[in-house]
Amino acid sequence: MAAIVNLNGIAATFPGAEKPVFADIDLSIERGEFVIVVGASGAGKSTLLRVIADLLAPSAGTISHEIETRTDRREIAMVFQEARLMPWRKVSDNVALGLEGLSVSVDARNQRIADALKLVGLADYGDRWAHELSGGQRQRVGIARGLAVDPDLLLMDEPFGALDAITRQSLQDELLRIWEETGKSILFVTHDIDEAVYLGDRVLLLGGAPAKVVRSYDVDAPRPRSREGEDVGRVGAQVKADLSTLFDEGGGI
Amino acid sequence: MSRRTLLGAGGLFAFLLIWELVARSGVVEATLLPAPSKLPATLISEVTLGFWHQMVLASLNHYLIGLISGSLLGVIVGAAVALFPVLDDVQSWLARLLRPIPPLAWIPFAIIWFGISETAAAFIIAIGVFWINYFTAYTAVRAVDPDLIELASSFGHRSLGASLRKVILPAAAPGILSGLRAGLGQGWMTVVAAELFGITGIGQRMNEAAGLLATEVVIVYMLTIALLYGISDMLFVAAQNRVLRWQR
Ligand SMILES: Nc1ncnc2c1ncn2[C@@H]1O[C@H](COP(=O)(O)OP(=O)(O)O)[C@@H](O)[C@H]1O
Ligand SMILES: [Mg+2]
Repeated sequence: MAAIVNLNGIAATFPGAEKPVFADIDLSIERGEFVIVVGASGAGKSTLLRVIADLLAPSAGTISHEIETRTDRREIAMVFQEARLMPWRKVSDNVALGLEGLSVSVDARNQRIADALKLVGLADYGDRWAHELSGGQRQRVGIARGLAVDPDLLLMDEPFGALDAITRQSLQDELLRIWEETGKSILFVTHDIDEAVYLGDRVLLLGGAPAKVVRSYDVDAPRPRSREGEDVGRVGAQVKADLSTLFDEGGGI
Repeated sequence: MSRRTLLGAGGLFAFLLIWELVARSGVVEATLLPAPSKLPATLISEVTLGFWHQMVLASLNHYLIGLISGSLLGVIVGAAVALFPVLDDVQSWLARLLRPIPPLAWIPFAIIWFGISETAAAFIIAIGVFWINYFTAYTAVRAVDPDLIELASSFGHRSLGASLRKVILPAAAPGILSGLRAGLGQGWMTVVAAELFGITGIGQRMNEAAGLLATEVVIVYMLTIALLYGISDMLFVAAQNRVLRWQR
């Protein structure tokens, strides 16, 4: 498998801040890989995704993409925690956001919107307004919007963090299905360790000030996994132990 | 018919009835308070003499020119100031100084600069409308959720033009439209005053009639303004509801 994105010695510093949020981040994501980033709140997880999405310039280091650039798709797409739907657009027009500006014919665009909505189980919801949806449905629209531009890498920033436990579990399972169906690479941020080890091939623990990748865990459990599975539980316990050590050392906050 | 409609119609009818009775009782002189029953005939005579539509068209003309230029400038400048911090800093004292000046206080300068002309009337109307739109557009654009701007740029809409089109204008539309609507009313308030100085229009005709104590003519034009305001506001709200149909 080939890496589709490589981060070498990446650091990010906000203007006016003396210390970088994180520094010396090396990370490469393989095609089709499901990578999780965990870390305390404020550790810099969202900032890392914004650097990878090219929404923020790194203050040091380089990022290289091994992704073929094409005019009918975007290499990277982002899914946000609060769905971020535009209330003045119907669901299908929200999904269309990333397609506007790509060279995609009207027919192809409509097809891709329909496919993306179908993939997240909202085939019949294209004509609704955002405020007519539940929290879980809004989040699905956010995912469909990301999938519609056919990215190689999907960045997901605590996408299920604001949902109730039952909705969260069912969306986790749907995400796994979508991931298997589409073969996308996913970089997924969460602070929920159980979610991390249930979903990921690999879990990165971000911590310290400035933050770095403190440790990386391979989750070898075969798929489909059980949430109560032993291998999953073992990695989870390890991550939790390391996270609390880190917290005691004053590394997170 | 709803209770509100019934009571509303009843209130209006009672008002006209009391007015009529007071006017007929002879307690007040007829020139001071003409009876409402005299108004239809007055209106008909104003229309047949050709004054009514001449004055309405003239006022409408000042109104539209002033309204459109004031609204356009107000929205553009207000939005620009909200978008560019430098402009925001530059305007901070300037706006505080100029805004409290009532539009009618500009009448002397309007006449010195433009003479007793259509332009002078339109200018005075534009000033009032400008400030309303300036502040509502400014507030509406400032309140746009930066997360949505970030969202759009993450999907490739990065230039200022793209964020304006995809996010800022649609997100600020409810605020901007409410400013436009307030300006619509403000414009009718100033149009009459601007014409009192001899610029042809409803205001001038009212002034003329008042000089001859033809108070029923004055009232006909007062009601004409209420009617024009009502129609323009109704049309605007219908358009506004179409544009904002995404709001619940
Ligand atoms: N726009 C910004 N300007 C300045 N500092 C910021 C900005 N965004 C985030 N930060 C700071 O960077 C650090 C990491 O934030 P973030 O990446 O959002 O953390 P996380 O997603 O892990 O909770 C925090 O200390 C936060 O205060
Ligand atoms: Mg975050």
